[in-house]
Amino acid sequence: MVDFKFWRKDKSNQQTVEVELPKRDLSGIRSLFPGEMNADSIQDLEDILLMADFGVGASEQIVAELKQRANKFGAVNDAELRLVLKDLLVEYLERDDSQLNLTTGKLPYVFLVVGVNGAGKTTTIGKLARWLSDGGWRVTLGAADTFRAAAVDQLATWADRAEADIVKPEKEGQDPASVAYQTVQRAIEQDSDIAIIDTAGRLQNKKDLMDELGKIRRAVDKIAQVDEVLLVIDSTTGQNGVNQARAFSEVSDVTGLVLTKLDGTAKGGVLYAIQREFDIPVKLVGVGEGINDFAFFSAEEFARGLVAR
Amino acid sequence: MFGDLSTRLSDTFRNLRTRGKLTEADIDGTLRDIRKALLEADVSLDVVKSFIAAVRERALGDEVSKALNPAQQVVQIVNSELVGILGGEARQLRLSKNPPTVIMLAGLQGSGKTTLAGKLALWLKNQQQTPLLVACDLQRPNAVNQLTVLSERAGVDIFAPEPGNGVGDPVKVAKDSIEYAKSKAHSVVIIDTAGRLGVDQELMKQASDIRQATDPDEVLFVIDSMLGQDAVSVAQAFNDGVGITGSVLTKLDGDARGGAALSVASVTGESVLFSSTGEGLEDFEQFYPDRMASRILDLGDVLTLIEQAQKTFDEEQQKQLAEKIAKESFTLEDFLDQMQQLKKMGSMKSLLGMMPGAGNMKKQLEDFDEDELKHTEAIIQSMTPVERQQPRVLNGSRRQRIARGSGTTVTEVNALVNRFEQAAKMMKTMSRGGTPQIQGMNMGGLGAGNPSAKKGKSKKKKGSKSGNPAKRAAEERALLEGKPQKSEGSGSAFGL
Repeated sequence: MVDFKFWRKDKSNQQTVEVELPKRDLSGIRSLFPGEMNADSIQDLEDILLMADFGVGASEQIVAELKQRANKFGAVNDAELRLVLKDLLVEYLERDDSQLNLTTGKLPYVFLVVGVNGAGKTTTIGKLARWLSDGGWRVTLGAADTFRAAAVDQLATWADRAEADIVKPEKEGQDPASVAYQTVQRAIEQDSDIAIIDTAGRLQNKKDLMDELGKIRRAVDKIAQVDEVLLVIDSTTGQNGVNQARAFSEVSDVTGLVLTKLDGTAKGGVLYAIQREFDIPVKLVGVGEGINDFAFFSAEEFARGLVAR
Repeated sequence: MFGDLSTRLSDTFRNLRTRGKLTEADIDGTLRDIRKALLEADVSLDVVKSFIAAVRERALGDEVSKALNPAQQVVQIVNSELVGILGGEARQLRLSKNPPTVIMLAGLQGSGKTTLAGKLALWLKNQQQTPLLVACDLQRPNAVNQLTVLSERAGVDIFAPEPGNGVGDPVKVAKDSIEYAKSKAHSVVIIDTAGRLGVDQELMKQASDIRQATDPDEVLFVIDSMLGQDAVSVAQAFNDGVGITGSVLTKLDGDARGGAALSVASVTGESVLFSSTGEGLEDFEQFYPDRMASRILDLGDVLTLIEQAQKTFDEEQQKQLAEKIAKESFTLEDFLDQMQQLKKMGSMKSLLGMMPGAGNMKKQLEDFDEDELKHTEAIIQSMTPVERQQPRVLNGSRRQRIARGSGTTVTEVNALVNRFEQAAKMMKTMSRGGTPQIQGMNMGGLGAGNPSAKKGKSKKKKGSKSGNPAKRAAEERALLEGKPQKSEGSGSAFGL
């Protein structure tokens, strides 16, 4: 388990203090194996993993490894096999940099949220903002999605619910980089703890739009340091999630992944593939439609959910 | 589009092509590759399994061992099985004999239903129909507004009696829209419905109630082509809950894969009718299973390309152009004309994406700058009629004036003139039935004139030689008739 330490400004004395944030549990992960696990059903494991979007390479590798370990440890019955599999998954997924980077104490923190169309960026920001403001943080949101007409309104609704400040574009179609810049500027003026910037959804193979993302980042870099670039990926996406991770990290130095809709029928196997293939930690997961339905990613809890009976 | 799968399969087939006779081990090895490629393209596991089994059975059967070229035969089998999964014959939209035809759209939130409604409306309008958009997504904030904006952009009417955002009864709106359409003599009604984040009972009930109230001729299931293995269960749920008659794949432009197309068609047993390929309203096309299959096999979508070219180039102009080329009187004026016609066909990127072997030049396509075309256009438009007719009068001072007039540089003007001369030469060769030099077809004019672009292009030429004898014959026939020459020739005329 990761030890989370966060720093923000204390409103009474303007000191940067270490704080604790409300706990959120990673629940709602569906089991891969509702049925009995035994030596025979290991044969079916590869198919099950494939159907959970783990991808060909990872599925083959997990099965081979499980067989080997089961042999070595003499695991044969249901409980033993589940334990071996869980440990195996945890081993591959656990890393020590999966907490949000809210530790430097250099305020305001700046988060940039990116992803393809419909991945759940705005919702993620809403949930994150709510969670932080529950913990007493002063949050400034930036509506740099100036492309989709209703996007600004949508973020404004979330800002309301999260009691956060919001910076909107001054006119329709304004350069998103300038909105991002203004957001950070406002966060500094208002003495906010964190600025979270929403960007327009873009398909990862649209070069112009991806370049724009680089521009947004550079604009923010001028005025503050970007602490997190969170890439939001819909966990029902399938193996394309890997392409998304690749393309977005190329242009915007992604520092963390957010997997949304992990409570859906897919089992988020792409999460495994992405974290293995790229050196990017999964930091947050969305597990429902409610404002509180999200959690830090924990390899242990995720793996336990997958192998639960 | 489908790039990764194409690349992978073409690698597999390249190995097959180099061998004369196929052993069982060859076939199994190939099938393993195909299985892997399909799975990585997010084709559902069950579909992959039945696909592999069917191909294997046929590949091991008589038809391969007796075939003249066994490797080609396996390609054929893979192709025809792919076509089979994708829905067999291309199916047309069913239009009712008693208008209005009612088309209902269903699908998950974020799959692209509302945008698709607008695209379909525009497409129907271009088919001389009088579509009516109906706003029955009364749940999602701003869905009604979004549809209203789309209807304005497409220039079609909308029926949106309720404000939405949770207000109004979608079933009643759907029902009333039919009467409204009759009274206003609309020939097609397109009903946009609400989506949910996941499949749920309430969503299914509402969709099924709308279906009952309107008795649609088509219920189109809209699905995001990026979906993973889940595509199957979502499609199944909609088919069981609402009953669908066909599907539409969205966001196909953004994705190198697209296994969802195979899965959905397979589990629902209904064809994919359309695909949506971009953010513009016109980025929408009919889905042809056979062509998509050959695209997966990296044979390119020559047919689509030709069709698009034909849609835009009217025959009279084609004839004149052919005569001009033959008489060597092809001028910069024609060049400009051609370019403007080509622009009508859609974006260069999507056109190039349909070319055989496009998978190999994906990188070049991504870097392709549409603005370069505008520069070329500006340069020609800054010329006097005499200069356009006889480019050889272009001396230094004329070129300087043109550069100033078009906001470009003399270097760019020079490059264009050079390219034009090359292109004219090449077209002359082609009009005499010869093979144009690859050199004349470099991508220099499109801002990507680096050596790798040239390489990609020459690969492309090779790729168009179809492995399928019938197809190759068709290609060659078309070449003689001068059809792909129009598309390729016109493209190359701007240095493509």
